[in-house]
Amino acid sequence: MSFAAKANTLWEYANPRKFLATSERVLPFFWMTSFVCLVVGLIWGFFFTPDDYKQGSTVKIIYLHVPAALMAINCWLMMLATSLVWLVRRHHVSALAARAAAPIGIVMTLIALVTGAIWGQPMWGTWWAWDPRLTAFLILFLFYLGYVALWEAIEDSDTAADLTSVLCLVGSVFALLSRYAVNFWNQGLHQGASVMRAAAVTGADTEEKVSNIYFYPLLVCIIGFVLLFIALVLYRTGTEIRARRIKALLARERLKG
Amino acid sequence: MIPDLGKYADAVLWSYAASLGLLIALVALSVMRGRKVRAEMEKLEHRMSRNG
Repeated sequence: MSFAAKANTLWEYANPRKFLATSERVLPFFWMTSFVCLVVGLIWGFFFTPDDYKQGSTVKIIYLHVPAALMAINCWLMMLATSLVWLVRRHHVSALAARAAAPIGIVMTLIALVTGAIWGQPMWGTWWAWDPRLTAFLILFLFYLGYVALWEAIEDSDTAADLTSVLCLVGSVFALLSRYAVNFWNQGLHQGASVMRAAAVTGADTEEKVSNIYFYPLLVCIIGFVLLFIALVLYRTGTEIRARRIKALLARERLKG
Repeated sequence: MIPDLGKYADAVLWSYAASLGLLIALVALSVMRGRKVRAEMEKLEHRMSRNG
């Protein structure tokens, strides 16, 4: 199948009925696998990994902090992609998918901020510092809140989708900053990337990297968070599609008198 | 059962409690709203099909 044909197949999912039918078929798989990965990864990390020689048992926070932070950023990037689809192709399902993802992003950012503060207190001696990465994450959290508030504040759903898509484009700067802030400003308390760094994996640099003892259960947790995110986005987008249909049916009923 | 977390036990346990609490709340609220909206839609579709 050519690329163009594949792309056309993808657009079929912009049809709400097709989206609902497909998501209902695949959802049990995503719920189950996310649950299994999270249980296995968290039990492995919490019970079967040793304390770190520097950080003691606080290293166990990594199994929640890193996957949540990764998903906080990637959730916004997913919202950016679906917002662009809305702006260019005007597919309602894509706008509703962005709307459905935002509360998930709020929770992921909140988990990253809370676990970061709890981890930071014993390691850095402070709950919070105006460090580039921490500050970028706080701004990303505020953008998420603003995004949800904007959807709720505007009655007309197409206008709300337009305005929130523009807000999403602007907020993407902070989503990327929260990932790369430590590279731009060589200062602050937060360490640089030590998990997903291609140069460390290939051996191109010799900077400190997370030991494999911690990395493998962390990888299982990251996969669990990704699968949970997909399950939640599919489920919540289905809910948004149905809520939109309720609005349309009520409007039709009112017109009939 | 719980491994010896030493002097950082509070930090580790609070992190797990807060994170798992937030995740469970997110899933529970999503499923509750999803069921409510689905039931509402089905009721409305049924009513409309009955009234033609």
